[in-house]
Amino acid sequence: MEKASLGRLPSETRKARRHTVLKQMKANYFLYLFLLPATAYLLIFSYGPMYGIQIAFKDFYAYLGIEGSPWVGWKHFENFFRSPRFSILLQNTLTLSFYSLLAGFPLPIILALLLNYTPKQGLKKFAQTASYAPHFISTVVLVGMLNVFFSPRSGFINTMLGWIGIDPIFFLGDPKWFKHMYVWSGVWQSTGWGSIIYLAALAGVSPELHEAAIIDGANKLQRIWNIDIPTIMPTMVILLVMNFGSIMNVGYEKVFLMQNDLNMSASEIISTYTYKIGLQGAQYSYSTAIGLFNNVVNFVMLVVVNRVARSLSGSSLW
Amino acid sequence: MEQTAARVGSKVHETRFDRVFNVVIYVLLALMLIVVIYPLYFVVLASVSDPQYVNSGTPLLYPRGFTMMGYSRVFADNRIWIGYANTLLYAGAGTLLAVAVQVMAGYALSRSDLPGRNIFMALFVFTMYFGGGLIPFYLVVKSLNLVNSRLLMIMLGCSSVYNIIIIRSFFVSTLPKELQEAAFIDGCTNQRYFFSIVLPLSKAIIAVIALYALVAQWNSYFNAMIFLTDRSKYPLQLYLREILLTAKTYADTSMVGGDPEAAAKMEQMVEVIKYGVIVVSTLPVIAVYPFLQKYFVQGVMIGAVKG
Repeated sequence: MEKASLGRLPSETRKARRHTVLKQMKANYFLYLFLLPATAYLLIFSYGPMYGIQIAFKDFYAYLGIEGSPWVGWKHFENFFRSPRFSILLQNTLTLSFYSLLAGFPLPIILALLLNYTPKQGLKKFAQTASYAPHFISTVVLVGMLNVFFSPRSGFINTMLGWIGIDPIFFLGDPKWFKHMYVWSGVWQSTGWGSIIYLAALAGVSPELHEAAIIDGANKLQRIWNIDIPTIMPTMVILLVMNFGSIMNVGYEKVFLMQNDLNMSASEIISTYTYKIGLQGAQYSYSTAIGLFNNVVNFVMLVVVNRVARSLSGSSLW
Repeated sequence: MEQTAARVGSKVHETRFDRVFNVVIYVLLALMLIVVIYPLYFVVLASVSDPQYVNSGTPLLYPRGFTMMGYSRVFADNRIWIGYANTLLYAGAGTLLAVAVQVMAGYALSRSDLPGRNIFMALFVFTMYFGGGLIPFYLVVKSLNLVNSRLLMIMLGCSSVYNIIIIRSFFVSTLPKELQEAAFIDGCTNQRYFFSIVLPLSKAIIAVIALYALVAQWNSYFNAMIFLTDRSKYPLQLYLREILLTAKTYADTSMVGGDPEAAAKMEQMVEVIKYGVIVVSTLPVIAVYPFLQKYFVQGVMIGAVKG
């Protein structure tokens, strides 16, 4: 095609190219049919709600509908930023997400290195399989387990603390403990699964590098530091970018289940609040505004961190 | 890969430092295994132990006062059966739908000769990073009259963009272009090529996606909580939430018919029942995944290639 159009006028080239594209589209109509269900679903259930975002700038009344409700500008955002809850919600959200990141990011890497240097293959396989198990437990069951294990009256954790002379602690009813419970139960659940990606990256390390290092007298720690870590660095950067991009997306499904009247001062976060005032309190517009604030911050974070990562290390999401 | 691992950990060149290092590894690994396994093991033990030990929070290493009372109560509870039936329906039908939708889309996007595929790709990927939020989503569902419908439970999540990207990467890396060209030169149509050549070659990826969808469906509760109002449509996770997390005691359920003595006895069993419920709801998944592990892991790795 390219060759045939040589020497012709540019406009004709364009025409010819358009002709090819049309021919290709016609030949592949079947593939467009294949894209139809997924596209339709996303247009309705992902882009549909984006159209509804406008109610954040309106006073939504159900009988007027989305278009018919009157515009009110930034009113709901201003109300939110002025309300005393704003700083508490933001603080709780950021505390949980940064703490999760800090504890949850390095541990899968450490576990992967640990497994990678386990001398016995059978033990390695067993430990790997066991470490994935918590990943398959549902959020409801996980929080249920926290409730029974950490109960001050009937939980075995408090019994064990009693052995070393510590009085029962009401872990789930104390705002001070909430973040630790949330973060470390998350670590328990996701560290094993998170290590898979690093194990795959470590399997790609060239054995020659290790052999050369061994001949040069490097010990295992030096090999980890100088061979393994640099090899898995791009994976680490990408996962870090992705984590930062969801910094405002705290696992609200879990937080919601862990909430009770006693720990609410530490456990109410932006996304659980949007659920409560929106669906339980029926303040549709206000809730949408808060949710939009959350999503925009998230999106901006992702773009910024992605750019920083690309200029620093050359690896990025896009 | 196996060989590399063996060589990395080979004993031949070990220095004294490395031997100490190995001890540290064993200690850390043992610690990790205890932390991961003991809670799960404890749940199983507590579910068959005497309520007296369970209620006082005794750490267990083996079952104390073996009893199946907890399980007989769990299976006598109608909510477990209704929940199980609903979850099987939502997870089964939802998985079939998700696999069909995602494999079709992933395959189409993997074809480099499809004009406009980058536009579709951008349209899809954007939804991973930005969304309308809970209320606009709710309003969409409501305007479609899908609140409190089983169809919604089956449909939600059927078009996971993350999975579609995994499938696309799989096809890009496993189907050589020459194969398609050769088939098309022989007069094969798109339809025929997909159904008689591509599909038989994609069993592995279908297994991966089906398992992901199945586990996600099995474990989800939030959408059901928001959208379902009929208790007869609740999936298992919603009933679990009720049993495990809401403080409602058996004394005010109709199960014991207001008899205070029976209620007190029931009250005693509450903790044991909770452990039994956890086992009954989680065992199917936990018991099966080790055998299908290679598929789960494969999915993570294909997903990682995308970068």
